[in-house]
Amino acid sequence: MANYATNEFKNGLKVMVDNDPCSMIDVDMVKPGKGQAFTRVKLRNLISGRVVERTYKSGESLPGADVMDTDMQYLYNDGEFWYFMHPETFEQVAADAAAVGDQHKWLKEQDMCEVTTWNERPIAVTTPNFVELRITETDPGLKGDTAQGGIKPATLETGAMVRVPLFIETDEMIKVDTRSGEYVGRVKS
Amino acid sequence: MTEQVTDWQPTATLAALRQRAELLARLRRYFAGQGVLEVETPLLSSAGIPDPHIPSFTTTPGPDGEASRYLNTSPEFAMKRLLAAGSGPIFQVCKAFRRGEQGKYHNPEFTLLEWYRPGFDHLRLMDEVDVLVRQLAEGHRSLGCSEKLSYQACFQRYLEIDPFNVDVSMLKSCAQVQGLGEVAGLSVADKDTWLDLLMSHCVQPHLGKEGPVFVYDYPASQAALARIRPVEPPVAERFELFIDGIELANGFHELQDAHEQRERFEADLVRRQVEKLEPVALDERLLRALSAGLPACAGVALGLDRLQLVLTDCSHIRDALAFPYERS
Repeated sequence: MANYATNEFKNGLKVMVDNDPCSMIDVDMVKPGKGQAFTRVKLRNLISGRVVERTYKSGESLPGADVMDTDMQYLYNDGEFWYFMHPETFEQVAADAAAVGDQHKWLKEQDMCEVTTWNERPIAVTTPNFVELRITETDPGLKGDTAQGGIKPATLETGAMVRVPLFIETDEMIKVDTRSGEYVGRVKS
Repeated sequence: MTEQVTDWQPTATLAALRQRAELLARLRRYFAGQGVLEVETPLLSSAGIPDPHIPSFTTTPGPDGEASRYLNTSPEFAMKRLLAAGSGPIFQVCKAFRRGEQGKYHNPEFTLLEWYRPGFDHLRLMDEVDVLVRQLAEGHRSLGCSEKLSYQACFQRYLEIDPFNVDVSMLKSCAQVQGLGEVAGLSVADKDTWLDLLMSHCVQPHLGKEGPVFVYDYPASQAALARIRPVEPPVAERFELFIDGIELANGFHELQDAHEQRERFEADLVRRQVEKLEPVALDERLLRALSAGLPACAGVALGLDRLQLVLTDCSHIRDALAFPYERS
């Protein structure tokens, strides 16, 4: 991978810091009119998710990280790994629990999602912001209660629990916001 | 709309553009009232600035062996030639260019107000900067009382160290105490680099919270083009102005001695060599002008884009620019 000098630093640039791939989330130049320039960077560690702040003397450089985001199809989970397939090359990758994190609860077989790889190894999985999933279990619906009022828990086909309005029934498809884990609406079939 | 569809538009509001026009009109009125002459000097120069911390843009060499030129990083050298030619007090509003300087408060192309006052020293010029900034602030922002602090006093107040009486290892441990942690590339840095780090990261953010703060009498090693006062320890007769922790102006009681100026330029060229930077053609015309005689004077450069930011409560330099670098 190429090296990136401080004048090439920008948001989204993926670089290696302390042997981990990191993504730049904020870059600012600190430079006196006369005197040494510094670049201050906030970096998100793509493995741990932690954000660190670093200062670099101008002209220093960081090695790039071979990090790629690829849209892939989720295939199945064998109890240890989650398998994804590139839709064109049919190449498959296996992501472990650390890479999938809590995204597993939105992963439905055949659905597309974004897989982040580092040196071709999956390090993160990002489901679309909205997914449509079937309810496998919830208390019986209350007729007529469509306007306002109560909510109840429902279990989805992926195993995720969401809170839904009382009128929602088992076997219905609903749309969920994966960022907040909240019910968005019914999917008309 | 996507970024590409809207990137023809200005980043400054029309109100900001009107504020800029008003600032320019006001400062011209001020200087006219003071009998300070407005001048223009070339933006494309055959000579550059050897300071290794100030990177120039250059043009590509033309056909017929025409040499490449430097886009000026400040109008200082040309204005000093006018002073040596007997211009008397002069000011200029112009674009200055510094390659790679881009950030919240930096645009590689920016607007400077620069002026020179024969007979003033840096302290007297600080007073005039204060007067002008207050006139420009009227109707935009009410500024608290101004404070003048020596470079030494700043470090003593905010870091409890004496910058004239510390070594690199003490500056290093001070940076650690301040939570700067490890700074890449500083393992073999000199004392001035450490002072710059502490000044810009740990002192400067405190400066100008209440009202304008003038920092003066810098370490002699940071004199740039200022004269050095031979006290113990010697100090550079230089000042900077800060508001809201942002550096707005840099001024000098100007060095007049052509011989000393050449020595400083040559020391800069050596530092460029050490840092593997391109050599720079020295401004021999400036040196000849100094030999002919620069009147005793003080001069200052004030960043107009930044001044507008702090006076109008904007947070990014693009708010004061019609088209910042990425849209130019």
